[in-house]
Amino acid sequence: MENVLSVEGVSKTYGKFTALNNVSISVPKGSVFGLLGPNGAGKTSLIRIINQITLPDSGKILLNGENLQPHHVLDIGYLPEERGLYKRMKIGEQAIYLAQLKGMPYNEAKKKLQYWFEKFEITDWWNKKIEELSKGMAQKVQFIVTVMHAPKLLIFDEPFSGFDPINANLIKDEILQLRDEGATIIFSTHRMESVEELCDYIALIDKSNKILDGKLNDIKQEFKTNQFEVGLSCENKELLLQDINSKFNIENSPAISFNEDLRLTVSLKDTESSNDLIQFLNNKAQITHFTEVIPSANDIFLKAVANNE
Amino acid sequence: MNKLKLIIKREFLAKVKNKSFIVMTILSPLLMVGFIMLMIFLNQKNSEEIRTIAVVDESEVLASVFEDSEATKYINLTALGLEMAKEKTEELYYGLVYIPKTDSLSNLSKGIAFYSVDAPSINVINSIENKLERKIRDLKIEKLQVDIAQIKATETQVNIASENFSGEKSSKIGSVLRMVAGGGFGYLIFMFIIIYGTSVMRSVIEEKNSRIIEVIISSVKPFQLMMGKILGNAFAGILQFVIWAISAGFLMFIISMIFGVDATASSTAMGQMNPEMVQQVQDSAASNDLQVAFLEMKNLPILTIFFSFIVYFLGGYLIYSSIYAAIGAAVDSETDTQQFMLPVMLPLIIAIYVGFSVIENPHGPIAIGFSIFPLTSPIVMLMRIPFGVPWWQIAISMFLLIITFISIVWFAAKIYRIGILMYGKKPSYKELYKWLKY
Repeated sequence: MENVLSVEGVSKTYGKFTALNNVSISVPKGSVFGLLGPNGAGKTSLIRIINQITLPDSGKILLNGENLQPHHVLDIGYLPEERGLYKRMKIGEQAIYLAQLKGMPYNEAKKKLQYWFEKFEITDWWNKKIEELSKGMAQKVQFIVTVMHAPKLLIFDEPFSGFDPINANLIKDEILQLRDEGATIIFSTHRMESVEELCDYIALIDKSNKILDGKLNDIKQEFKTNQFEVGLSCENKELLLQDINSKFNIENSPAISFNEDLRLTVSLKDTESSNDLIQFLNNKAQITHFTEVIPSANDIFLKAVANNE
Repeated sequence: MNKLKLIIKREFLAKVKNKSFIVMTILSPLLMVGFIMLMIFLNQKNSEEIRTIAVVDESEVLASVFEDSEATKYINLTALGLEMAKEKTEELYYGLVYIPKTDSLSNLSKGIAFYSVDAPSINVINSIENKLERKIRDLKIEKLQVDIAQIKATETQVNIASENFSGEKSSKIGSVLRMVAGGGFGYLIFMFIIIYGTSVMRSVIEEKNSRIIEVIISSVKPFQLMMGKILGNAFAGILQFVIWAISAGFLMFIISMIFGVDATASSTAMGQMNPEMVQQVQDSAASNDLQVAFLEMKNLPILTIFFSFIVYFLGGYLIYSSIYAAIGAAVDSETDTQQFMLPVMLPLIIAIYVGFSVIENPHGPIAIGFSIFPLTSPIVMLMRIPFGVPWWQIAISMFLLIITFISIVWFAAKIYRIGILMYGKKPSYKELYKWLKY
């Protein structure tokens, strides 16, 4: 698949501190790409390099196959983690100014801004100042400022922080719609449930190194631990548990579900298959539930970072 | 280039639309004119007040010098005796001059005293001393049996008309004019740098604090933003100065029309100081001084002054405001700026102090040195230029100014570029040095 953005062997040091060590990532066109990592891992350093705020010490960045150049700022929309707008400038003027700095002509910027203000139903904010708005309201304006020049590549650093659930949902839908309209989205977050919902691809950066990247589903397959969650219905639960325990490895303490089922997670050895387990259980009790445990993005994150220690 | 224009425009408008800017622009000329009016008014009040000074002259030869003038009346209380006169003076009069009885003319000047409730003004004492000195001298001359009329006839007044070798005439009034022109321009630059340099710094801190900085520098280069800010503020400043100049002139005109306060009002205040001198000045002044001043004004190297004002104004402002911008970028809040402000203010203040001595001695080594050193030259050189400065000194000074300007802007831009993204701790000079190498 065609890559919108390729980062090739990028390194960056600040004095003695290494912020990025030979990091390479590829962001496929039309994807939502999650850039994950603990605090201070180097995500923001990488994002700033992509935005040409700082220059890498070595390595290459390609946008649509071209080396990164000043005119590319028009193709990128960036929502920094540290949000901010001029407090005492009218919102309308401010948004147009920022779009003009990106290279949009005045009239086009004005039209586009009207479109977005109508879409978010905030047309009466035009002449207000940021200091008159709540934090959540200011975030909406900031989002519009990021996307209004219709960039091909959008970079969101923690886009949901500061939003209530309703507005977070609104923004999420907007992000997905932008993707459907052909934009590629990189977003960096700590909120793993949003990664689960949105991301097609992820890259995990820890201690200046990329330790993991690829399609989210592939990574999940890779991180599977051969665990299965089962629900069983039978008379003598004590006896059944003893039976299972003698043959298989029970992962967590079993629980009783609301309809009197026995619920437990079983870990299989590499030599055992799920069929072995089903056959065994089928003879002992009625199976009411059977699923493979798929690691969540959160599990993957914690595990990968722990392995990197 | 287009983006730079956008930034300049925004910075200019942000500054000009600011309430405090509008208030300052409107209020300052009013305040200034009001202040001048108050001074003239007080001066007039002062001179309207008539002082009565009592005289006790036991020598019986000096009392005649005390003739009433417009502002001062004298009353001879010799008949009452010193003690009674003192009591009476304490109740009624401004002060008492006491001249003791002496046997000889040579002792006449000794033991003369002035008694008053409040400490007397220096002008009053000076005036009395002058009167007495003149009288005693006349008495002494008389005693030597020399004809006073002859002595008076030998008194001559000399007004040296100095002229330089290229034939330009100069005069004392010309020197004063040069002082005012040079000092005025130098001081103007000083004020402008401080007011608008600080304003650039504040605007950088504001962008940093509101965190908009990262959004902006993802669209434009930090250097463009810094220069846009510096230039935008400069234009706002120039606008303000122009408004001030025009409105102050206009207001002065209006007010002098309404109240009829004119320059002669202040000269009567001066009149008390030394009646003779004022007489002299007025004799020549009324007819000549205005014309002389006008001629001198034409003799000033106006083109040079104008041209160098532009160069030094731009150079000085750009150097200092980029330092201010770098300071703003390095810190998180205005309170943290102090440790960096002192080294910036120091050369400026030195320049103003040196400027005062330059006016005394415009071609001394100190004047030459500081008018070539680029951090002080914008102020000191401008103060010197009206007195005539060799072109090679101006050339060296401007050359150094431009070199310094380029390198300081370069350094400042580096610190600015790193500083605007640094939050949290207050950097030390050591860290700033490290930033230069990133």
